[in-house]
Amino acid sequence: MKKTVNIALVGVGGQGILLASEVISRAAMLAGSDVKKSEVHGMAQRGGSVVSQVRIGEKVYSPLIPEGETDFLVSFELLESLRYADTLAPNGTALINTQVITPVTVSSGQQPWVEDIEARIEKAYPNRKLMDALKMAQDLGNVRTVNMIMTGALSKMLDIEESVWLQALSELVPAKHLEVNLKAFALGRGLE
Amino acid sequence: MTVEKTHRRVSGAILNMSENMKFLSGNEAIAHAAYKAGCKVAAAYPGTPSTEILENVARFKDHIYCEWSVNEKVAMEVVIGASLAGTRALTAMKHVGLNVAADPLMTVSYTGVNGGLVIVSADDPGMHSSQNEQDNRFYARFAKVPLLEPSDSQEAYDMTIQAFTISEEFNTPVIVRMTTRTSHASGIVDLGDFTPLPSNGRIYTKDITKTVPVPAFARGMRVRVEERINALREYANSSRLNRIEKGSSEIGIITSGITYQYVKEAFPEASVLKLGLTNPLPRDLIRRFSESVERLYIIEELDLFLDEQIRAMGIKVEDYETQLNIGELSPFRLKQLRAEIYGEPAPDLPSKGVGEGLPARPPVLCAGCGHRSVFRALNKLGATVTGDIGCYSLGTFKPLDAMDTIICMGASVGNAFGFEKAGHNNKTAAVIGDSTFFHSGITGLLNIVYNKGISTVIVLDNRITAMTGHQQNPGTGQTLMGEETKEISIEQVARGVGVDRVRVVDCYDMDEVETAIKEELDAPEPSVIVAKRPCILGYKLRVTRQFEVDFDTCKGCRICLKLGCPAIELGDADPEKPKIRKVKINPVLCFGCSMCQQVCTFGAIKDKVLEEVSR
Repeated sequence: MKKTVNIALVGVGGQGILLASEVISRAAMLAGSDVKKSEVHGMAQRGGSVVSQVRIGEKVYSPLIPEGETDFLVSFELLESLRYADTLAPNGTALINTQVITPVTVSSGQQPWVEDIEARIEKAYPNRKLMDALKMAQDLGNVRTVNMIMTGALSKMLDIEESVWLQALSELVPAKHLEVNLKAFALGRGLE
Repeated sequence: MTVEKTHRRVSGAILNMSENMKFLSGNEAIAHAAYKAGCKVAAAYPGTPSTEILENVARFKDHIYCEWSVNEKVAMEVVIGASLAGTRALTAMKHVGLNVAADPLMTVSYTGVNGGLVIVSADDPGMHSSQNEQDNRFYARFAKVPLLEPSDSQEAYDMTIQAFTISEEFNTPVIVRMTTRTSHASGIVDLGDFTPLPSNGRIYTKDITKTVPVPAFARGMRVRVEERINALREYANSSRLNRIEKGSSEIGIITSGITYQYVKEAFPEASVLKLGLTNPLPRDLIRRFSESVERLYIIEELDLFLDEQIRAMGIKVEDYETQLNIGELSPFRLKQLRAEIYGEPAPDLPSKGVGEGLPARPPVLCAGCGHRSVFRALNKLGATVTGDIGCYSLGTFKPLDAMDTIICMGASVGNAFGFEKAGHNNKTAAVIGDSTFFHSGITGLLNIVYNKGISTVIVLDNRITAMTGHQQNPGTGQTLMGEETKEISIEQVARGVGVDRVRVVDCYDMDEVETAIKEELDAPEPSVIVAKRPCILGYKLRVTRQFEVDFDTCKGCRICLKLGCPAIELGDADPEKPKIRKVKINPVLCFGCSMCQQVCTFGAIKDKVLEEVSR
């Protein structure tokens, strides 16, 4: 039996993480896998930290990824990538958007910023891919496509064909935003 | 199981899946089940993690009448009425919501039902979004009604449909107990033939011996409740809701709900008795299972609901030290238990050593939220504040730091009056949101008037149920089904229960807010301040105004940071005084509420020219 693939998407409320995890889950389902997804709703929209977990395999039991067994950590924000560092498996891969969203604890002067953030990321993630997805999204003309750029980048690492991804996107993204989201996905998928 | 049968892995290929295979959260699955089961009436009050159940039932509004009730007790009473009248009916609420609805629950157990009646309780182990982690399985025992515990979305769908059948067959309401990780986790669901079951033609015939529990009739009902639970126990012993998954006979595990999934992952070799119907317990089946294994363990989330009952049957159950009864379970916690059971070294929590001193990212009141000025004023006035359940619980934390207590929905009002009657020597105000006021604040206010109190109640009126994701309520003028309805005024309600001092303030006018609170705290009679501004998220309000900081005028005093607005940040240092950092306003977040401009004593915060407003 093939091992279950564990994906954790982390970031900040409002970055489109829930749609990204929905697309990943849908693609896995269309590709014939069992899949479970878990997330916590509630106050995410109020700028809090957000996590969504997706597990893909032949038969998935727990919707929660066991600590330290995440294969792919997809972080939509630089600081958040560190918050969930311990969840990643030793040989896991981190995909990190270098965008920084300053937490209110820092912007208000209550807590200091992490000055050695790059060094920490290097230490935590031997396998990592950093990308400026916000810049890429701005170039595309829609900052709300960061999530599909990240999904595109992840898609290359999963054993699911491109046509399946495109179908998942077309099923889940509203028609009027589909074109730009397909472009964003292709951009992420094309990254080396 | 259908999922395994139809869901063969075909690498890279899109299966010709039936359109009835869906990827659904547990909450969505329950809504689909309500439709499939031919449910005709559904009522609920929003509460995490249950909210999406009724939101998704509303997708079937052509078939199901559905509503946001004013509170859970009313929701329960509505569905009881619908059931007695002969239709299938469903209510859903978070765990603490069932406390509110417990009164009708206890007695509908006696009267029984006519059309099938399903009560969904969504518990929140780990308290992701709740004030306690009570284990609502005890309500089923308490009320002597059957309890179903789905472990994933497919079971949430199948069991909810079956719950309607059990309800009618045994003349009882049925509790379907979800948890955060079944409600908010998604999985593949085979909906099967997704056409609603036909109405079973039940009609209402008056029978006061069934529906009026005056003592003479209730005593007979009480006996029938006991007969019913015995009949259900027989059913539980033979029902496929409870099943043995045979593995090694060395270790046997009894479990239920989401914990089953973690058990399968942490103990793949064990024999498992998976309980789907956990009240009443299938005693014969449990006994049989216990005799088939050498060592019997019970693994459950939260309280020892199964454990204590099974031990009381005289069955030998193994003890363990690993603590499982606080917080939500996870595969990892069960792996810790596994290590203990097998005498292996405990697995370490992995650490990459990079997490030290990471700044927290707590949820905060949005930029532009009207609540902010009220908390700012309360903090400034040094008032004691009894708080309530909603976004405004965020006013507890620094820098706003203006809330002393939170107990439950509506408690702020009674709590404030209690402080007053205790002779508390500080000015005390209750702070409550509009939806929470309608839910259970009104009776507390009536109590203050009746009992000659002088408390001050501040209603934060943003015209939406915000925290749970912007649901309609009696103040919004809209129903769950999208129809227009009468919009209830809080001022009129307050006057209606006898409050003479009622005033309305604009949250964006900080002086007006502060003056009103100060005067009403001093007033020798009960008073209500309705602090108004619509929720910017809920109403998707557009930015019409924004502010910026004049770098040279800013003195770096940071008084604006005391508002806790996420749009205001520390910026560059003063070139001449490097220790003084000035503030800046994030144009992506600024909503233009002007509160920062109002508190700035140096006039450093200026209106931006509108053309420059970017969104």
